[in-house]
Amino acid sequence: MNERAILTPAGADPTGTDRARTGTIRSEPIRTDMVIVGAGPVGLFAVFEAGLLNMRCHLIDNLDRPGGQCAELYPDKPIYDIPAVPHCTGQELTDLLMKQIAPFEPTFHLSQQAERLERLEGRWRVTTSIGQVLEAPAIVIAAGAGSFVPRRLPLPGAEAREGRSIHYVVRRMEDFRDKDLLIAGGGDSALDWTLNLHPLAARLALVHRRDDFRAAPDSVMRMRDLVGAGHMALHIGQITELHGVAPELEAVTVKSPKGEVLVPCDTLLAFYGLKMELGPLAEWGLNLDRNLIEVDTATFETNQSGLFAIGDIITYPGKLKLILSGFHEAALMVQKAFRYCFPDQKLVFRYTTSSTDLHEKLGVA
Amino acid sequence: MAAITVIDREGEEHVLDATLGWSVMEIIREHDLPIEAACGGCCACATCHVYVDEAWLGQLEPASDEEDRMLDEAYQVQENSRLSCQIPFSQALDGLKVTLAPEF
Repeated sequence: MNERAILTPAGADPTGTDRARTGTIRSEPIRTDMVIVGAGPVGLFAVFEAGLLNMRCHLIDNLDRPGGQCAELYPDKPIYDIPAVPHCTGQELTDLLMKQIAPFEPTFHLSQQAERLERLEGRWRVTTSIGQVLEAPAIVIAAGAGSFVPRRLPLPGAEAREGRSIHYVVRRMEDFRDKDLLIAGGGDSALDWTLNLHPLAARLALVHRRDDFRAAPDSVMRMRDLVGAGHMALHIGQITELHGVAPELEAVTVKSPKGEVLVPCDTLLAFYGLKMELGPLAEWGLNLDRNLIEVDTATFETNQSGLFAIGDIITYPGKLKLILSGFHEAALMVQKAFRYCFPDQKLVFRYTTSSTDLHEKLGVA
Repeated sequence: MAAITVIDREGEEHVLDATLGWSVMEIIREHDLPIEAACGGCCACATCHVYVDEAWLGQLEPASDEEDRMLDEAYQVQENSRLSCQIPFSQALDGLKVTLAPEF
């Protein structure tokens, strides 16, 4: 998985605030027609189907860009089963969907998780992990296999040190000034932060399980230059033990086929990629079957009115986890969602081919 | 029918009917053993990580560079670590023995 997703050095503000996470919060709740949890291909296409019916959408995603698994897991891998698109990559599909929904001007709330859901009078309120509040009559969960979160060290004592001496993201570079820092990983995040934090840290070392790095070759070369000049250490192996009294850290054991070494450090920054976790929506009172949401297949409504779910996260007899199934589910779902958004309006079924009204919405009239 | 043996994370052995032409991950998943295989078998995650019994290592095609890179996102990687979605099951592998790696 691409490790850049949570936060890259380029996205970090050295003065302290990470703009991507905090800069765009509005203090007043945002009122809209539909809040879509998950900006993967199915969430994106739901914007299109909702847009045809005049519903405006806001999307929430924990990644820092739209596309979900297509953008994060397999941006360069081919997809062959999108109707009428014989071949495209995950990223190309995302780009095409973004182009297709552009006329409907969706708003994205990225690098944040939909955390809390409350039912208000005639609408729902969603609060994200950075405190953004959104309200809408229709909520759509298009969360795939959950949100992408950093993989954490599954070692005894790691949890007790998290946020103190063990970190999985860089929120403020200053936090690492004068630290005896050990960075773990072999991808772009690990290498970029090695190069960026090296001037700040009192001492810095990098640990990776093999002497081969999948990060950009230029970063790898610069890291090797620093190692060659004696400015930092490189350890080949895997961390197997943490030492010191939690939440403090004094050293880690690094194990390789050649044996074990003790690497002293007071701060560990680990980049083991991202994994998918159902996260807070498990607590939203939904009917779950093996972490999948049960829905009514006529409307894709969950057990709670006005709360819909589509895509890989749902289950029903015959369900297939295909992008194309999610597209179909989105089209049906918006028919019912419309009734919550515009209870007094009649819904007319029209084709994009012939409807001048829809042409106007699409900006092609 | 051909079969593979899978040792789960509690150490229990399961002998599974194995369909020729399927990947080892697909065989494990078919029998509902706990293997996440988040990406569905396209070598884009590392959640189908297994340890291959030493006796069988020589029978397998070596891991591709892509698989080796992906193993960077696995945990407790050993010399005998493989992504089970990248092992196609064939008659020659009848009796293959693997252990599910820790979840990460």
